[in-house]
Amino acid sequence: LCGSVRGLAAGPEAHFGFQSVTEAERREKIYQVFESVAKKYDVMNDSMTLGIHRVWKDILVHKMNPSPGTLLLDVAGGTGDIAFRFINYVRSIRERQLQRRLKHHQNLSWQEIFESYQADKSKSLGDSQVVVCDINKEMLKVGKQKAEHLGYSEGLSWVLGDAEELPFDDDKFDVYTIAFGIRNVTRIDLALQEAYRVLKPGGRFLCLEFSHVSNPLLSRLYDLYSFQVIPVLGEVIAGDWKSYQYLVESIRRFPPQEELKAMIEDAGFLKVDYQNLNSGIVAIHSGFKL
Amino acid sequence: GRAWLSRAEPRARGGRRGEQEEEEEEEKEGEEEGRCQLYPGHIPTSPLQKALLAAGSAAMALYDPYRHDMVAVLGETTGFFVLPKLRDKMKHHPEGYRILQERPRIRLSTLDMAGLRGLPDGSLGREYVRFLEDNKVSPDTRMPPKFVDDEELAYVIQRYREVHDLMHTLLGMPTNMLGEVVVKWFEAVQTGLPMCVLGAAFGPVRLSARKLQVLATELVPWAIRSGRNASCILNIYYEQRWEQPVESLREEIGIFPPP
Repeated sequence: LCGSVRGLAAGPEAHFGFQSVTEAERREKIYQVFESVAKKYDVMNDSMTLGIHRVWKDILVHKMNPSPGTLLLDVAGGTGDIAFRFINYVRSIRERQLQRRLKHHQNLSWQEIFESYQADKSKSLGDSQVVVCDINKEMLKVGKQKAEHLGYSEGLSWVLGDAEELPFDDDKFDVYTIAFGIRNVTRIDLALQEAYRVLKPGGRFLCLEFSHVSNPLLSRLYDLYSFQVIPVLGEVIAGDWKSYQYLVESIRRFPPQEELKAMIEDAGFLKVDYQNLNSGIVAIHSGFKL
Repeated sequence: GRAWLSRAEPRARGGRRGEQEEEEEEEKEGEEEGRCQLYPGHIPTSPLQKALLAAGSAAMALYDPYRHDMVAVLGETTGFFVLPKLRDKMKHHPEGYRILQERPRIRLSTLDMAGLRGLPDGSLGREYVRFLEDNKVSPDTRMPPKFVDDEELAYVIQRYREVHDLMHTLLGMPTNMLGEVVVKWFEAVQTGLPMCVLGAAFGPVRLSARKLQVLATELVPWAIRSGRNASCILNIYYEQRWEQPVESLREEIGIFPPP
């Protein structure tokens, strides 16, 4: 085991984008990045990805295919994108169930129909719940405001917490998601272990994250766009060049698909697999606690 | 070289690259930009990035005039031809040369506000403080330069920004849209900075017809005449002239009395 003098003195070495920092410094810097970008987070996502991030998140929730009654933990869920999609999905499934049931019960009395409406209305989500957990107060604040603005209240809760040390009991959740968050975790192995711990047996781990593009031409174009355009967008739209410089650097530093798969397997997950979106610009990794 | 490996995260690094390649990547990154950080706050940028920044900041400044940071960025990314000329003007003038050497900054922490307020009415210091208070502005809100790739030129543009409020005082213009446009016209003639020219040309877009009329018939011609007639405004060591009456300073520089 070798460490630089700095490492031995100040703590384990880590990276912040392309800079070399201590783990403690990295956590602090990342916290500040998200504190700074929180208000413009959604606008920037739309600008940088030309709205495609919405499709990626839709695909994630479709892959999850949650049934009513599912308990979801969305880690690094900040502004609520995954949580809201989950709620919409479960609601629409529920509605379809309702319609199907009504079709089959054509000869119910009015009283019985009325009663079934009452019962179902109070369970429009069918006991499904999502807990949004994020380490950053500003991001949670923006998420809560969005929820209020868009009218999401049922089945949704917001918890301040650290992915490396989750404030939840073992074996609690049916699904664990982390969308565009694991890249910012300093100890990914710990976060994966925590994910394993809080999932019920049979539970599913889903990770949506920027990954590596193997196609050389596309990779060149992607790099050009990332390094030349994205920080400029950050400066013009959010007045914050540095946070978006960090973003593109952190994407380059993140382990590629196969390596992440191995790390997930190390945490104990089985049937680990990944799906590339847009030739590997983004990948969805999935694993089960069996 | 740097020793990277720590047992804590053997795989959580950019795994496919070895230590060597990472360092090379960092060097390549630096080389691509061609420069490193020249002053605190400096962000080195490639020509493409500067072009994108110029276009983006221009659009954003028009869209949201309260984004003063965008006006600043526009100035920095388009000023690379003009700033050296301004710097040379300063170098070849005794007072300007001293400013370049001593690098004075106009900030609340360096100004003696109470002292300036105590100066007689009509003096530069008194009128400057009055201007700040009337318009509720502060010299500390000026953006430090980020995208200028020369340390001395960064100071020149910083000086230009800090002197802007004094321009308002000397020209007698308030900080509303109309007043800002007039000052921009003056500065455009004086400095030739593309950002001033653009601001002068596009600023009036948001003014009412009545104001446009006043602007076109009286204020702009006066601003242009004064700008042409006046010596370089960056060559005045304002901090040493607080007691000088505004009118006397105007005459000395060559600014005609405001209409």
